[in-house]
Parts: sequence; C-alpha cells; structure tokens
Amino acid sequence: MTNDLIHATAAELAAKIHSGEVSSVEVTQAHLDRITETNGKVNSFLHVDTEGALAQARKVDEAVKAGETVGALAGVPLALKDVMTTEGVPTTCGSKILEGWLPPYDATVTRRLKEAGVVILGKTNMDEFAMGSSTENSAYGPTRNPWDLERIPGGSGGGSSAALAAYQAPLAIGTDTGGSIRQPGAVTGTVGVKPTYGGVSRYGLVAFSSSLDQAGPCARTVLDAALLHEVIAGYDEMDSTSINEPVPAVVAAAREGLNGDLSGVRIGVVTQFQGEGYQPGVLRSFQAAVSQLKELGAEIADVSCPSFDYALPAYYLIAPSECSSNLARFDAMRYGLRVGDDGTRSTEEVMSLTREAGFGPEVKRRIMIGTYALSSGYYDAYYGSAQKVRTLITQDFQKAFATFDVLISPTTPTTAFKIGERANDPMAMYKADLCTIPANLAGTPAMSVPSGLSDEDGLPVGLQIMAPALQDHRMYRVAAAYEAARGAFGGPSL
Amino acid sequence: MTSLVELMDYDEVIEKYDPVLGLEVHVELHTNTKMFCGCANEFGGEPNTHTCPTCLGLPGSLPVVNGKAVESAIRIGLALNCEIAEWCRFARKNYFYPDMPKNFQTSQYDEPIAFNGWLDVTLDDGEVIRVEIERAHMEEDTGKSLHVGGATGRIHGAEHSLLDYNRAGVPLIEIVTKMIPNTGRRAPEVARAYVTALRDLLKALDVSDVRMDQGSLRCDANVSLTPKTTGELGTRTETKNVNSLRSVERAVRFEMTRQAAVLASGGTVTQETRHFDESSGTTSPGRKKETAEDYRYFPEPDLVPIAPSREWVDELRGTLPELPWERRARIQKDWNLTDEVLRDLVNAGALDLIEATVVAGAKPDEARSWWVSYLAQQANAKGIELTDLAITPAQVARVIELVNSGALTNKLAREAVNGVLEGEGSPDEVVEKRGLKVVSDDSALEKAVDEALAAQPDVAQKIRDGKIQAAGAIVGAVMKATKGQADAARVREIVLARCS
Repeated sequence: MTNDLIHATAAELAAKIHSGEVSSVEVTQAHLDRITETNGKVNSFLHVDTEGALAQARKVDEAVKAGETVGALAGVPLALKDVMTTEGVPTTCGSKILEGWLPPYDATVTRRLKEAGVVILGKTNMDEFAMGSSTENSAYGPTRNPWDLERIPGGSGGGSSAALAAYQAPLAIGTDTGGSIRQPGAVTGTVGVKPTYGGVSRYGLVAFSSSLDQAGPCARTVLDAALLHEVIAGYDEMDSTSINEPVPAVVAAAREGLNGDLSGVRIGVVTQFQGEGYQPGVLRSFQAAVSQLKELGAEIADVSCPSFDYALPAYYLIAPSECSSNLARFDAMRYGLRVGDDGTRSTEEVMSLTREAGFGPEVKRRIMIGTYALSSGYYDAYYGSAQKVRTLITQDFQKAFATFDVLISPTTPTTAFKIGERANDPMAMYKADLCTIPANLAGTPAMSVPSGLSDEDGLPVGLQIMAPALQDHRMYRVAAAYEAARGAFGGPSL
Repeated sequence: MTSLVELMDYDEVIEKYDPVLGLEVHVELHTNTKMFCGCANEFGGEPNTHTCPTCLGLPGSLPVVNGKAVESAIRIGLALNCEIAEWCRFARKNYFYPDMPKNFQTSQYDEPIAFNGWLDVTLDDGEVIRVEIERAHMEEDTGKSLHVGGATGRIHGAEHSLLDYNRAGVPLIEIVTKMIPNTGRRAPEVARAYVTALRDLLKALDVSDVRMDQGSLRCDANVSLTPKTTGELGTRTETKNVNSLRSVERAVRFEMTRQAAVLASGGTVTQETRHFDESSGTTSPGRKKETAEDYRYFPEPDLVPIAPSREWVDELRGTLPELPWERRARIQKDWNLTDEVLRDLVNAGALDLIEATVVAGAKPDEARSWWVSYLAQQANAKGIELTDLAITPAQVARVIELVNSGALTNKLAREAVNGVLEGEGSPDEVVEKRGLKVVSDDSALEKAVDEALAAQPDVAQKIRDGKIQAAGAIVGAVMKATKGQADAARVREIVLARCS
C-alpha cells in the first residue's frame, strides 16, 4: 500500500484523496516515512515540516469529508525548494548566512500552494543561493542522485529533483535562473518546467538574479507538472514583473498531448546544441526522441540560433552582476548569521566577517565577478555588452519561432557526473547549463522531459522543449505526447 | 577644533573668486504609503512599526512602485518647467550602510523622470534670477541611525547604534540644479532664496510637508570657487545637514570663506562631503573614505520601466495649482501693493497669512496691518516665526470683525489677541472669559464721568471755561476707570455735555 502511494502520480493521488479512497494523512505519512527512510542517503530535504504537513493533510481530509470542493491537487504532498520563504519555517537557501532565519511571511508561491490544499512536506536542498549545477555548493552537504548515490542530482534544485526521483514526493517546486529546474530534471529522470518569465510570482523567492529567476513545477509526469503549474502561476500585484495575462491552459494542453497526435506541429532542432562536448549516449537518446516525435506526426527540421553560442558568457556577467547587488542585504544587521560582534569591532568589520564566514566559495566568486562587471569603467564592456547579447538571443528565438512552434535540444550535454568531479573546475561546471541558459536570457518558457536512459551509462537523459513567451501550453502538449510514446524507463532503486 | 580653520574676509573672497553653486534638494513626499510598499508614510511613530518585508529588505521581498509618488514627481517636474521622460527606469545605487535595508538604494540614474527645467528665484531686493534645473528623480529614503554614546551623536565614538526603519522606503524626489555661476557676493543669498522658492512651490503643489526641521526637505549645498585670475572651475565640496533656510545661507558663506583661505594659502580644496554644524555655523569634513565611492549603478531588474503617457502628463499639467509667483502677481494687483510692500510681506512670511485672513473676511489693509505690526511684534518678542504664532488667520479676521462692529476697541482687540495667543480659546471665548466688552451704557459712563470731574475740579473748571483740549485728561481717567472698555469718543461727548 505504502509502495503504491509513493509511486503514484500526483493526479492519481488527488483522485484517490478526493474520492475518499485514501486520506491525505495516509498519503502524507507514507511520504514522510519514505523521507525518514531515505533522506540519510540522498540528503534532499534540509527541513521536514512533519507537523505542518499533517495539519494541512487533516484539513484537506475534513474538507473532503464535508463534501467541499477542493483544489485539483489538494491533499497531495510537495517538496519546496529552500529558496522560497515559508512563514515560521526555516528558509536557508542552502547558506550558512541564513541559518536559523524564520521568515515572517510566505512567498506568493507558498501561499498559493497552501490555499490550494497542497501539503508542503518540507524544504529541499540546493546550491547556495541557487548558484551551481550540482547541489554540491550547499552549506549543508551535497544531495545525491537516487539513480547513483555517487553522482550529482543536478543543481541548483538537486534537492527537489532527487526528492521526486527517490519517491519522497510526487511534486516539487524549483527555481530556474540558468537551468536549475531543467538540468536537475534531466539528470534525475524527472520533469522540470521553467515557465515564461513573469508567469509565476517571484515574491518570496530569495533572489539570485532577478531578471532571470523563475519558479516552476517539478514532477515525475508532464500532467502532474501541468496541474502544479496552474496552482502556482498567475498575476501577482506584489511582483511588478509578473505578467497580467491569463495563465496558459497547460493542463488542457497536456491532456490533449496524451492522445498522441502531433500532426502539423512544427519542431525546430537547435543545431548549436549538439556535436563536440556532448556525450554520445545523450545525443543518441536525443535522436531517438526526434524519431519518436516524427512518428507522432511532427514536422521536424534543423534551425540555427547563432547567438546561443554567446549565451553562457553573457549569463555569467548578468547573473553575477545582479547577485552581487541582491546578496548585499546579507550584512548581519537584521537577520541571519552575525560574526565578530563583540563590542570592539566596527559595523563594517562585522559585516565583512559575517559575509566571509557565511558565504561559500562559489557565492563569493560570483559576487566578486559581478562587483567587477558593474564597476565604473567596466560596465559598458561587461554588463552592457551582455545585455546586447541578450537582445540578440531574444531575436534568434523570435526568428526561429516564426517558423517553428517549439524548439528542442538535449537538456544537458552529459548525464549526471560524479560528485567532486567538477568541483574544482568552474568552467566545466558552468557548461552543464549550456543548453538551458538561452531561455532564461530571453524570458521564454522551456522544460525538460526524460528521454529515457543513456545506453552507455544507464543514467537518465533529458529532452528540452522550448516555446515562445506565454505559449507554455505548446511545450506541455508536445512533452505529454512524447512521454506517452516513450513509455516507462524504470526508476532508481534505493 | 573649528577655531583652527582659517577663514578669509568675505569682501576679499569676492574680490578674488567667483563662487559656483550647485544645490541638491531631497523632498519627502507626503503620500499615504511608502515608495515601494503599502506601509504608512508617517513622520515619527514607535521605531520599526511602519515596516514590512519589502521596506525591511527581507530576503525574497520585492518593490512595487507607488503610483501617487510618480504622479507627484511628474507634477513637481512640470512646475519646475522640466521635460517629462517618455520612458524611464529605476536603478540600483549600491553601497553598504546599516540603515539601508538592501544595501542598495532604489533610485534613478541616467534616466530621471524629469529633466531640463528652471525656477525663477526672487532675491530680497526683488531681483529675479533664473536657476536651471538639471533633473528631478524618484528614489527611496533610508532608515535612521541613532548613535548612542559619544559626544557628537555621529557614528565616530558611539558605543552602539540603534536603527529605525520607519523612514526606509519613504518616497523622495531629488531635485538637482545645474551649476549656478555668476552670483558673486550674493551666492549665499541665492542659495537661500532658491530653497525658499522651491519650498513654497512644493507647498503649493501639496506634495510634501516641506519641514526642514523634520527632514522632509533637505538641502545639500555644493560650493566651489573659481579664481578670477585663472577662470578655472575649482574643486567642490558638498555640505550636508543643512536644516534650515538660514543654515543654507550660512553654510554657503562659510564654505566660501574657508575654501578661499585654503586656496590663498597655496592649498587645494579636497573634494569631500562636509557636515554643517548649526550651533557654530561651521562645516567639518565627513567620514574619510579610503576608496573612491563606486555605486555600481545598474537598471533595477525588479521593476518595470515607467512610461507616462502624454495624455496623463497633460492631465497632471491641468492639476497644477496657482504657483507662488503667479499668486504674488495676482495679490499685488488685487491689493494694489507697491513692489516694496509686496517684497516686505513676502520676506516677513506674512503673505499667506494675510491672504488667508482676507479669505476669512477681512479687508486687505486691515489684515496686513494686524500681521505686520502687532502680530509681528508678538512673534518677535517670542523669538518665533510669524507662521508659528498660535493664532489662525480666521481668528484674526474675527477680531477685525469685532472691532468693525464696535464690539471691541483696538485696545480690547489686542487683549483678545493676547488671550488667543496664550491658549485661552477663540476670540469670542477670550472676550467672554476676560469680560472684554465696550461699555456702551450711557448711565454707567455718565456716572464715571461725574466721578472723574469731581476728582479733578480744576480740570472741570477749565473745560467749563472753554478749554476743550483739557477734556482729554477726564477721558483718560474714565478709560482707566472702565479698564479701557469704554468707547473713548462717546466718553468725550459726555464730558463736553456735562461741562457745557
């Protein structure tokens, strides 16, 4: 029974809970038990909110019993990335500097989940302040990939993706600044969606790079991701950059896709994202996916987006620049860690000692790069040029979408690498996000859906699907159709 | 310490140098809520009670622009004859300071909402000079640090500091002039007159409390000296903490004499921020910075650009009230005042009060007479501004009305005013409480006159002998006896009747 509950999809669990076949408390307890059993190995959760989760589950059960109408995902458990504020529940962003901080407010995403009756199990591990591609940069130890505990679960949202792959939760929330939802999805065999920038409120998402950050749904199936997408998306007056437009009908699109017909859908294969540096098994998995999409009736052709070659360097100027400013607030004055305040030191010294002790090496590296890139005399050459590249990338997308409904590529150049393998080689680490970054720079939606396992190492591979802004539903339709055609590819054994 | 600063005689300064001014004025808008969140925008309050995740800069919080503040910024820009940007953005000004919750200030940098304007400023002698406005931009205020312990209340020497974020995020408009050259001897006066004119303008727009003492209007004065021999622009200093109109003038004058002395002794003026000390009237260097400040401005990614439609700008242009200089011209014409009289009224800060008194029903001459003579004397005696007297224009108008109706003599009227100033209530209440009534009952007056005549028989005899001017002594005695409540003219009639 427990096994069935933790392997079920969110849609299945919701149906059972709402029909009274099983209670949310039972479902929640099954997942809490699974976390207790496996978290020692995976380290996906930083904080488990047992009481809060069970209280929410009981509330949903009572509502169901009383015959009230409940939300589509009411009673279903979820893992929340520790970058989203939760009132009264620790929020560390994977950093020492926020250890012990209890936010006095809920992020809009948190609030919407609670209002929809979703059961928040706890907070998941991540690269510190979402900076990284492996979750090795967490101050609280790395998360391990359930498919192979010696390997990384992707990052920054490795805690959320690993929680899904380890059956600790059927749903999770991630945030994607350069690929932090999609790349972990790809390497753990799960679905991860970065919605259109502005589609989901950033209020309460602790900022890494404000113009790139976007929260999104993570799940084991495309339909589950779509159901979660509709819970968290939509205009929020607390976020000036949120879009005041109806939420794309992603659930309907996912259901339409499940009928398996992609006739007339035009799909462009981005030629920049293959060849040298790509693992052969990843490319073979990608080619197999292309063939399957053709069989479903899609029209497929190559498309060149030459500016995408400059996406990675542009990203590594824009994101650090914004982060150098966003992370300035961690100064020991109001919350979080405070080091050296012994009555003899100046404010500046306390700020400096706290930041020295509280931030990890990758965060410091990016703050320094960003501080330099924004400094007077360098702004035009670095930040200014990067913004121009961003415009060129947006134009490449616009040109490609004039011909194609969606674009596809592998989500990552390789399958999950080993923990420690790239820890001392930032450039190799940064390349994990090569294919995912352009969508962040353009603000367009993109997702990763598993394309099975690589034939050479037996590890999951991700297929990336990209759509124009506010056309999130297009990629859900293609992903759902592909997912059905692809069939099951097994799961990790823990 | 300040006594060690060498100063040059002012006349000599003017002989050798041309001062160049630049004035930056920060205005706190009195919107209901803060610039980027829904917290109350109120002066004072228990520390850290008008705060929320956004104005505390808590992780994850985001700003949302206060539309009313944008509206005020545009109206200020229009009143300053500025162009209004068709598209502009906020920018982040990055620097670390404990009273700044995010360690960056959300401000505007190279894309201000208003730019290229001017303000005509009237000097004390009526001369008008045009001050060019570089820009007016929107930003948020910081919190307040209270440095505890130490002698100066400044951070140096303090034992610890307390932070109050109630002010953090209060909407500010920064108005920056272009360089103001060629003011010569009158530079300090020009600086004061500019801030005065700006204050009156902002008051008329009803966008701010413009209280320099409470910090809702703050002026930073940039001063440099150009040697007449070379004509080369000198290094400027920026003086902060200038908290009154008079201080603006004093601070500029002090800096001119200080910089001139530095230059004359072969030294160089250091480009720095200086701190004005109200009690000594001197400036001293702010905290020395080890490195040049680099604010690393970049466009604020948490906010979308602001693109005020031309229709909206035109609509706001239509909401501009009668501006101070327009009003002055109208009043001068309506009241038929000479330039000198108008100027004196303006300088005395009496124009608003007189106009309000006229609006409340008094004649311009009567209203003017009260404010510039008796009330001005009272303010002077108390050492306060005319505007700070505890009497309203409406109350003054009521006193005038009582005099005109014969209910009060001028002397009684002054006593009624005294009562109001001392907090005894409205003019009518004071009249009631103090029993200030003109004695108009003839039998009472006749009795008083008879008593006075009996007391001074020799005077009475003189009057009977036809020396009418002697009646004054009897009238005076009666007025004294009735405590000034009698109508002196009537008393005189009765005296003459009794002695005929």
